[in-house]
Amino acid sequence: MQFPLKKTKNWRRIILEFIKAFIIGGLICVVGQILMDTTKLTPGRILVIFVTLGAVLGAFGIYDKLIDFAGAGATIPLPSFGNSLAKAAMDEVESSGFIGAFSGGIKGGAAGITASIFFGYIMAIIFNPKTKQ
Amino acid sequence: MVKEKKIIDSFEALTKEIEPKPKIIKNCIMAFLVGGAICEIGQVITYVLRNLDYSKEDISAITSVIMVFLGALLTAVGIYNKIANFAGAGTVVPITGFANAVVAPAIEFKKEGFVFGVAAKMFTIAGPVLVYGIGTSVIIGIIYYVINLF
Amino acid sequence: MTDNDTKRRGTQTIELKNPPKIISTFSVVGPKEGQGPLKQYFDKILDDDSCGKDSYEKAEREMMFTAIKEAIKGASLKETDINYLFSGDLLNQIISSSFAAREFSIPFFGLYGACSTMSESLSLAALMIDGGFAEYVVAATSSHFSSAERQFRFPLEYGSQRSQTAQWTVTGSGAMVLGKSGDFPEIRYVTTGLVKDYGFKDSNNMGAAMAPAAVDTIYKHFKDTGRTPRDYDMIATGDLGAVGKQITEKLLLEYGYDIRGNYIDCGDIIFNKEKQNTDSGGSGCGCSAVVSTGYLYKSLMKKEIKKVLLVSTGALMSTTSSLQGESIPGIAHAVSIEKD
Repeated sequence: MQFPLKKTKNWRRIILEFIKAFIIGGLICVVGQILMDTTKLTPGRILVIFVTLGAVLGAFGIYDKLIDFAGAGATIPLPSFGNSLAKAAMDEVESSGFIGAFSGGIKGGAAGITASIFFGYIMAIIFNPKTKQ
Repeated sequence: MVKEKKIIDSFEALTKEIEPKPKIIKNCIMAFLVGGAICEIGQVITYVLRNLDYSKEDISAITSVIMVFLGALLTAVGIYNKIANFAGAGTVVPITGFANAVVAPAIEFKKEGFVFGVAAKMFTIAGPVLVYGIGTSVIIGIIYYVINLF
Repeated sequence: MTDNDTKRRGTQTIELKNPPKIISTFSVVGPKEGQGPLKQYFDKILDDDSCGKDSYEKAEREMMFTAIKEAIKGASLKETDINYLFSGDLLNQIISSSFAAREFSIPFFGLYGACSTMSESLSLAALMIDGGFAEYVVAATSSHFSSAERQFRFPLEYGSQRSQTAQWTVTGSGAMVLGKSGDFPEIRYVTTGLVKDYGFKDSNNMGAAMAPAAVDTIYKHFKDTGRTPRDYDMIATGDLGAVGKQITEKLLLEYGYDIRGNYIDCGDIIFNKEKQNTDSGGSGCGCSAVVSTGYLYKSLMKKEIKKVLLVSTGALMSTTSSLQGESIPGIAHAVSIEKD
């Protein structure tokens, strides 16, 4: 009798997770859009602000709380990258002392950075620039 | 005789008045929908990996790699920039936007060769994100170290 | 300056006493321009804006080469008859013009006036003939959407959102051959512009940045020549776009000149804004080049209009100057083209 009950509880939780991811992810993008439309900030500068903000919030453990709440809605937008970098630096300082401040950060972003370099190169081999119409 | 100073003042007033205002509401709605959708794709990937019992660190790394790959592929086939034109921040803010910023110059500057074109120009747009992100993490690490001395 | 032999009028204008004739023109445009409202006026519409070449830069110089070659052919002349070639483009070190000129054996003056290059090259070519220094001169210019984007803005695949004031660089090249005689439209006045900068910095709104230069040159032209807007059937600026056009009209009203009745902007008319998604219109050296060599020249030849004032407009900034916090200076050159 317990099995079906457990399943419904799970499904509700899962659907809620997906809804939260969509909404929080969308809202973070809306913040970016408002900055793009109302200030003279270019997208490049806005991303710099986002990644730095993510790192600072990560240092205080605040961004992780957002990740617990919204899942991919918080991990996919760029502030999450800053969060990963900051957390990794702090972790490395814990284990290796001062030098961890330098050797740790990049480790947190390793997968994303390396993937973009690697796939960037592969795509450049396979594809050609297309004209816009 | 009209003085040029008066014309300059009029010009400044006119540029503010005539410049079409961005359609903020429409842009925000599109950014919300597309940004949310991209995050949703990430959520699906995370969910699948969780059910396959990967560790938290692995899930994070694998999801990043898959999202970067998707952003790279959509950029290379010319779809990502079409979506970006109406989605604005919805395509810029997610990590797929980072991939787009790396892959776009990589493909574009192929004409200048694979060393000084593709490889050298790959980070012309995304570079600042790395510099400021990693730079901030160093400062945070140092502050963290100093705080833990007490 | 009251000497009757002088050709100078006022502060910036020259009245050509031996008005050179535009004996032949040729325009080459890309596919997008070839689908626009002026498509029937262009001489050659490309199917593919890469011209079969492996880079956009090479495609651009191929377009310019074709425009110059066909214009010379259309004048029933040979390359050796041409005494000077004046041309320019948007690319760094004007490689489209230099490399196109490499294929000809014509003494070459390379010019940079950004998008004002069509009327700049036309001005200088006209002065050469009027001054008796040449029999035949070619004035040409070009621009290419993709080569301009990758130099000034972003890679084509980059996902950026275009602002409503943004303009679409025209893929096109136009060439004009000037001679001394024949029943052709002639150039009577050349008004050379000053660099004008009213402190405008937004490089997504070039039209507004260039408007002060257009206003100043048009005003000086009327003041120097004593003419009024009604003396012309058409006053055509290069690429101020919808926004810059409005600003220009309003500022000229303050100077006492009402051009609203007969004023067009080449960038505004070359594309269909709604169907082709071009925001504020076309831009680039090629814009005023193909509109003047195509639409304006053919309308003059068909006697649909008699007097045109061509005012190509350019923004004289670089990505470096903008990043260093500079505003955007503009320049505009006016050339009157008339056929009674």
